[in-house]
Amino acid sequence: MVDFFVSTFGMSPTVAAILAAGIQCALLLNVVAVGALVFIWMERKIAGRIQDRLGPTRVGGRFGWLQTLADGIKLIAKEDLTPADADALLFKLAPYISFAASFTAYMALPFSDGWVAVHVNAGVFFILAVLGLEVFGTILAGYASGSKWSLFGAIREAAQVVSYEVPLGLCVVVPVMICGTMDLVAIANMQSAGIWSWLIFHDPFTFCIFWIYFTCAMASVNRAPFDLAEAESELVAGFHTEYSGLRWSFFFMAEYGSMFLVSGLAVILFFGGWNGPLAIMSDKIIGVIPGLGLAGQPNAWGFIAGCVGAANFIMKATIGVTVMIWVRWTLPRLRIDQVMTMCLKYCVPLAAACFLGAVFVKAEIFGLGYLSVDAWLPGLRSDRLEVREGWMTEVEGEGVTLSTEKTLVHGDG
Amino acid sequence: MLPLMAQLTVSHYLFVGAVLFVCGVACMATKRNALGVLMGVELVLNGANMNFIAFASPLLREKHLGLDGQLVALFVIVLAAAEAAVALAIALNFYNNHSTIDVDRASELKG
Amino acid sequence: MLLAAVDWHSYFFMLFAMLACAFAMGVLLTSNIVRMAFYLVLSLGATAGLYFLAGAEFVGAMQLMIYVGGTLVLLIFGVMLTAQSRFVSMKIRPDEWILVASLGGALLLLLLYVAFSVPEWRMEHPHPAEISVAETKLAAPIGLALSGVRLDDGIGYLFPFLIVSVHLLVVLIGAGYLARTKRRATSEN
Repeated sequence: MVDFFVSTFGMSPTVAAILAAGIQCALLLNVVAVGALVFIWMERKIAGRIQDRLGPTRVGGRFGWLQTLADGIKLIAKEDLTPADADALLFKLAPYISFAASFTAYMALPFSDGWVAVHVNAGVFFILAVLGLEVFGTILAGYASGSKWSLFGAIREAAQVVSYEVPLGLCVVVPVMICGTMDLVAIANMQSAGIWSWLIFHDPFTFCIFWIYFTCAMASVNRAPFDLAEAESELVAGFHTEYSGLRWSFFFMAEYGSMFLVSGLAVILFFGGWNGPLAIMSDKIIGVIPGLGLAGQPNAWGFIAGCVGAANFIMKATIGVTVMIWVRWTLPRLRIDQVMTMCLKYCVPLAAACFLGAVFVKAEIFGLGYLSVDAWLPGLRSDRLEVREGWMTEVEGEGVTLSTEKTLVHGDG
Repeated sequence: MLPLMAQLTVSHYLFVGAVLFVCGVACMATKRNALGVLMGVELVLNGANMNFIAFASPLLREKHLGLDGQLVALFVIVLAAAEAAVALAIALNFYNNHSTIDVDRASELKG
Repeated sequence: MLLAAVDWHSYFFMLFAMLACAFAMGVLLTSNIVRMAFYLVLSLGATAGLYFLAGAEFVGAMQLMIYVGGTLVLLIFGVMLTAQSRFVSMKIRPDEWILVASLGGALLLLLLYVAFSVPEWRMEHPHPAEISVAETKLAAPIGLALSGVRLDDGIGYLFPFLIVSVHLLVVLIGAGYLARTKRRATSEN
């Protein structure tokens, strides 16, 4: 984007860099904010339908699609209260911490091939790390409120999130292991051949581990049935009991932001990212027509392919969010001991077992290699290797020499 | 003060490391809350880690420690996590037995 | 690439360094334990930023994930479990402050003297054009080194890695054993 500004408008590189950074910030901020608006409306509609109601119907004409905006205006107009017992500084800061953590992770989330604000090589790791910071907002909010309900909520949240990070990490490691890189763009590009190349269908273990990932992701973003931190029936409203107005809405922006984030991560890791179930936009099909640029090329065709990819990605991630909403309104809330049992007794061992299984499949130990799609469609593995080679030569082009095979031979000596 | 435009050197990082380290040591010395002492330890470890990272950084020196510095920093982080877990367990145990977390009250073995 | 960004590099260094130092001082100076934890989070977060700037991306991410996301959450958890009254604060006497300030100041001066006394450490990178930023972005060499294979001519870290793993397991069990629920001692308040 910087190059574009410099070449087209003849700007100085510094101005161009600032402008590009501003545009990217604005885009990301809007994805989070507008996303939250849409998802909250969706949640209310779906909840309504599940409970045999209509949900919002009036605001903005049909379907009440402006309901969230009206609610937002109402929230802005509300009085911003700080309880007398509260630790005022932390109380005021907490919602921003939550929101900032959720928003920062978007920096490393690619929306389409190359459409990412900061191309982090350890993207998966970065997103998980930053997402783990979101819990601080909740904990500080609960503690600083000076209310026992909030404190209970915060303690539960701390215990729950720290526990669920373990299986979540184990689940995420599996696609990373199969792909051999932590770069989200490369991982998604490895699944471009069509629905059968998506990693969820790679072998039975990845299929299992996706469901574990989704469960743990739901727990780590505090969605029902794991929303122990805000259990209305026991804790009034948990950690945000004392919040009102805009600060309260920041917590919700953070929650919906991270819901979309974990769904997006699932889409990239397991569901092919921005690649559709049939590889229409990929190089292999559109690329054979002469005159048409390939996806990812810096021309109009590349841009269109990028747009289609982004739409694809957002659609898949939205489906993920919808499932989360659906689950929330279907299942009753778990007890805190059940939540911890679920994590430590079921999710962790299952994830560990699936991880081991995936390792066996990948390394073709015990003849388990035949469980993998690669064994039946040999092209897939070479496709992935090709992407990985491309990624490595790209890095090598920047001055790094890295060849694992050479290393292993060298290292044995 | 060093000019802002100057390229960074190892000394810059050592400066930050030293401040973290001293703050941590002072924390360990003054805080009476056991968890405050623990936080001081974390600061000290980070001050030390900063030095490892600075000396390992290929951006700051030509003859750098390379991967070794980063690996040591990683081990420090992991061990700090383990240390925090054990220290916290001890603090909780102490709190269970004495209903306080004030380290000055842990004086039963005083002659 | 790096050369064009050198100014930004220093600016960001200044920003993160100031944040880290200021919040470290905050940890020292505040007497409210939750504020302490909060300042510590910010200080260590800024430290992670400094690691990123120094080209240790993996360590920076690790710092965020393990330290900030794990260890400090654990600490705050401990704070919550052991807080007798809300926002407990334990005061430090003025004479203690004076002692600590003089000793700490002396230590800081000594460390700073050492940090700036070696001329080699004050030298800028002699060949900034040869720096490859990409080299620092890879996590693979670290992973390989932990499994005993080094890309450069160094020793592998497989054995320390094993020891640390066993150590962590022991700590896990030990901490669980130490912190298990027992009947509370009778408290007067």
